This record gives sequence, structure tokens and C-alpha cells, in this order.
Amino acid sequence: MAKETGAVSWKELELGCTLVEAGSASKLKTGDWRSMRPVTDFDLCIKCGQCYIFCPDMVYSRNEEGYYIANYYYCKGCGICARECPKDAIKMVQEGD
Amino acid sequence: MGKRVGMEVSIAAAEMVGLCDVDVIAAYPITPQTHIVEHLSELVADGHLDAEFIPVESEHSAMSTCVGAAAAGARTFTSTSSQGYALMAEICYIASSLRLPIVMAVVNRALSAPISIWNDHADLMMSRDTGWIQTVAENGQEVVDLLLHAFRVAEDHRVLLPAIVNLDGFTLSHMIEPVLLPDEDEVKRYLPPYRPRLRLDPEKPMTFGPVGMPEVYTEVKKAQDEAFKASYPVIVETWDEFAKVFGRRYRPVETYKSEDADVIILTMGSTSETAMTAVDKMRAEGKKVGLVRLRLWRPFPFDELYQALKGAGAVAVMDRAMGFSGGAGPVCTEVKACLYDRAFYPYIQNYVAGLGGRDITVENFEEIHDKLVASMKRGDPMGYEIINVRE
Repeated sequence: MAKETGAVSWKELELGCTLVEAGSASKLKTGDWRSMRPVTDFDLCIKCGQCYIFCPDMVYSRNEEGYYIANYYYCKGCGICARECPKDAIKMVQEGD
Repeated sequence: MGKRVGMEVSIAAAEMVGLCDVDVIAAYPITPQTHIVEHLSELVADGHLDAEFIPVESEHSAMSTCVGAAAAGARTFTSTSSQGYALMAEICYIASSLRLPIVMAVVNRALSAPISIWNDHADLMMSRDTGWIQTVAENGQEVVDLLLHAFRVAEDHRVLLPAIVNLDGFTLSHMIEPVLLPDEDEVKRYLPPYRPRLRLDPEKPMTFGPVGMPEVYTEVKKAQDEAFKASYPVIVETWDEFAKVFGRRYRPVETYKSEDADVIILTMGSTSETAMTAVDKMRAEGKKVGLVRLRLWRPFPFDELYQALKGAGAVAVMDRAMGFSGGAGPVCTEVKACLYDRAFYPYIQNYVAGLGGRDITVENFEEIHDKLVASMKRGDPMGYEIINVRE
């Protein structure tokens, strides 16, 4: 848990807080301060992939049936996917509800 | 063996940086710049030094360029002064936080307003907490020696921090002095090639200077503070090694006739040589006075300074900058902080002198001594005053 929130000891930090691995942000749980989460109505979804294209955090990935599924580990609830969906298939839902 | 030459101290500094086989020099080439980078640009242009000389549009860009070059693994040097240094300050913090061993000569001058191009320590004090190792030279030989040492200590893998050599504007920078410049082999014996521990490399991408969220910023600063403190013994060790190679020994705190002194004058920079003359004169008159000089300003030599001052009855701390704390000047504030936790400490008074190029004379030191002794007899509360000011 400590690692995925970035809460590490000062002794574990690299020189000058340099990130020595490319893409290391993928290990950080960056979706833990979301207040709204996107929920897709797959009856309305036409698999166009606009949510996948517009998501700034690469939250969406395509499953075997061709639908785009959100990974809440990274999703910050910005709502861009819901705004861009041409079929209004994505609704922003209050976290905790 | 090196050769002894009569040379302007700025030129000698540039020659030394050239001997250190620096890879990149970035500088903004107009005032308040000195002959240090001007001469380096000539060395590069004339083919005497195989380095990139990058003229930039501001001091802010000069340090930014140094940060980039050092991150790419280059041995990097720049020089600045007063207003330019102030503009550079933002990036100075970044250089130390990223642990880049850049070396810089700072020619100490007053800050405006009023406009002054002359010497004092206002710029030095402005940037005292940027996280750079900082030494202070008293003469041309020390400028040269401390620059060589700066590369050695900054690039040591136990340190990896940027380092500044401070030298007084004009009083040192524009004086012609006899200077012993080492030859290339001696420099190579003391200064191994720079081997960066981490560097920017397209084959292995890294992120230098990422965002530090509140979850990690404290840990990053703790790591930096530990590294800064850990640089102290390496600074001393590499000075000891310098003594073995070159025969000249440097210490974080230098003393002169202070061992049995009742009264100690504490100075920093080129004025220390005037103070030595003053001490000799007062000693001849039977006054038990000595001198303590701060060679290492950052990290501050707390223990060594205490050892140097503890035997004295009274200490006059000289500041060459206004503190604008409402109390003592910046050097005196540090000295008092160093002594507060000790079981015993001497009586201290603070004297501000030599602002904006005003000379500090032997007579000024005699005046300081007499004022300190009189103040102690009266039992004044600890305070500060400006010397040689017209009422």
C-alpha cells in the first residue's frame, strides 16, 4: 500500500528524487481522490472508443467483446469521457453511492 | 610543478577552471559578469579548452543551462554576481535539489538599490540557504585552490551537490596577484574524471525533477538535508588530500593567533588579510587579540567554530552585509546559533562594515576591538552596530 501511494521512506528515494524507470507512474494508485466515477451503460455503448481516446490517464482498455472498461485504480473522475461520449452512455456517479 | 604567475584573479580563476577540463560553461556575458567567463570564452574560442561555451540571455537561463548540462553528465561551470545572482536564485535551488555537482564562482557584490557594482556580501547572504556547498576565499591563491577543490568535492559520490566559491568583488576579482597555478598532471592526480551516478540518456529514460506531492516532499528534503550534512567530512577529507598533493592546507575554520586570545575578531573573505595586519599591530601593543576566519560557510562548521571561540572572553563578529532581521547581521546570527547550546560561550558583539565597496581598514579593526572591550566592561546587552558610518 505504501508503495502504490508513493509514501516511501527518505532512504528509498533515488538521488535528487529522480525517477529512474520510465512509466513508473503506472505503479502509483492515482485514482484515490476521485469524488465522481464514470459508469458506462453498455446497452447504449457503440464501442466507438471516444472515452479511450479522450481519457487523459489511459483509464479505459478494450475488452474481448470490444467494449471499453474503466480502471478505477487510475481514474480521477475528471468526467471528460462522459462529456465526450456521443451516445451519453457514460454517467458520472457520486463516489460512495 | 606548477608555475607562479602574476595574474588578475578572475583570469587565474578561469585558467583553473580550464585546467579542470570543464565540459560546459554557460553565462550571460554582460555586467555584473566578470573576466572569469570572459576569459573562459576566449580559451574555448582560441581552441585551448575543449568545452561548450553557451552564451545565454539571462543568468536565470545560465543556471538552467548548467542544470541541463549537468543532468546530461557534463562537468559544468558558471560564474555570476549580485543582481545576476539574484535572477539566478530560482534555479540555484533546483540545482541542489536535483543533486547536480555544478561549480560556480560567485564574485560577491552589493545588491541594488542604490545601484552599486562594488563589493559586499549582500548577494552571498541572499543565497545562503540554496543548498549549495559554499566556501569563501581570502586571496587569489585561495580562489584557484578552492575552485579545484569544489569540483573534487561536488562530484564525490558521497556528496553530489553543487558548490560555490565566493570571492570578494574587485578586492579580489580585479586584483593582479601572484598565483601558483598547478600543471595538468597535478590537477589530474587530484581531480579524477567526472562519473555521474545518474544522467539523462535516451537509451535509458529517466525523469529529473518530478512533481513532489505532499506525500513525498518532506522525505525528499530530509534526504537532501542528510546529504548536505554528510558533505562536511568529505569537504575536510578532500582538503586534507589537497594538502598532500599541493602542500597548502585548508580548514572549515581558520585561526590566526587566536589560541591564547582574550578577544577574537571573526571575519569572512578578503578582509581577513587586513584583519591579520590589525591583529599583528594590536599584539605588538600588548593586546591579546586573535582572529578566526570562516572558510566554509555552508554547511556551517558548528563544532569547529565552537572549538575556535570557546577560550575567548569576547568575540567581535564582522558582517559585510545588512541582515535586515531587526537584529544582528547574518554571520553573527549564525555564530550565536552555533554557541547557544554550549555550556559556556563568550560575550559577542556584531559590527557591520564594508558595505557597497567601502574599504575596511586596519583602524576599523582597532576600533572594533576597542568598542568590544568597552562594551564588555559596561555590560551592554548583546547588540550590533554599523562601523564607519556618518551620523
